[in-house]
Amino acid sequence: MSSESREVMHDQHTHPTAKTYIGIGIILAVLTAIEFALYYFEVWGWLARGIAMPSLVFLSTIKFILVVMFYMHLKFDSRVYTGVFLFPLALGTLVIISLIILYRLLPHIPV
Amino acid sequence: MGMWTLIGSECLLFGGLIATYMVYDGRSVTGPYPHEILDIPLTTLSTFVLLMSSLAMVLGLQGVQEGNRKKAITWLFSTAALGTVFLGFQAYEFTHFYGLGLTLEQNLFGSTFFVLTGFHGAHVLVGVLWLSALGFKAIRHRLGPNQAVKVEVAGLYWHFVDVVWIVIFTLVYLIHPPGPPVL
Repeated sequence: MSSESREVMHDQHTHPTAKTYIGIGIILAVLTAIEFALYYFEVWGWLARGIAMPSLVFLSTIKFILVVMFYMHLKFDSRVYTGVFLFPLALGTLVIISLIILYRLLPHIPV
Repeated sequence: MGMWTLIGSECLLFGGLIATYMVYDGRSVTGPYPHEILDIPLTTLSTFVLLMSSLAMVLGLQGVQEGNRKKAITWLFSTAALGTVFLGFQAYEFTHFYGLGLTLEQNLFGSTFFVLTGFHGAHVLVGVLWLSALGFKAIRHRLGPNQAVKVEVAGLYWHFVDVVWIVIFTLVYLIHPPGPPVL
């Protein structure tokens, strides 16, 4: 087994190598730079709002998933932890979406 | 399991705060308005700092797991230092906004913005103190591979604080309500 593919064993699960961690860090930095560029492309009128907003949400979601899967080791940990995290995360997301629908998309409801 | 449960409950806490911000976003009747004062380049830089602190955190954990004391101390304190830099950016932002007339009571934007980002900043502060304490334990030879789980738990908390900021950065700073953003 090469040093690159060697993984650290801990608590019955594996962790990525430093090389993987640094790679993820570079991807996160690049995605943040793209988000920054998208913001100004929209401000300068080079990009329609209908494209910029979903793109920013998509990039943010990718960053979120990368940190949770690799840095928080959810990709390598027990599925129980995934459930304990994802269930309230889904509830929190549902709260955000529900309130936005109620108070922003149905404008007759007073805030 | 305990930390994952705490993180789950924190998802609901921040979900509520983010939802409140988004419901009131663009409904302030007096200024300052978000597009007038939010400093995107500065916040992008602070976001980058926080993301890199997560990288430092996993390298610190790796140092502890490998029994590499020097690596553990270096990266644990680097994480705490990057967290402190992030807090410095936030302190600058808050005082700058206050100088421009945005207070907790000024308008809906001020109330929801300061509560949301203030809660997040408080979480970062707790993380910085926690990681500093672990760093000092490592200096005193009290943080070996057999205690790596303590660092892993602190790391979970730190990364969660990071992912919350990823969401806040996009929803609060980058996605603005229709209006004339100021460069």
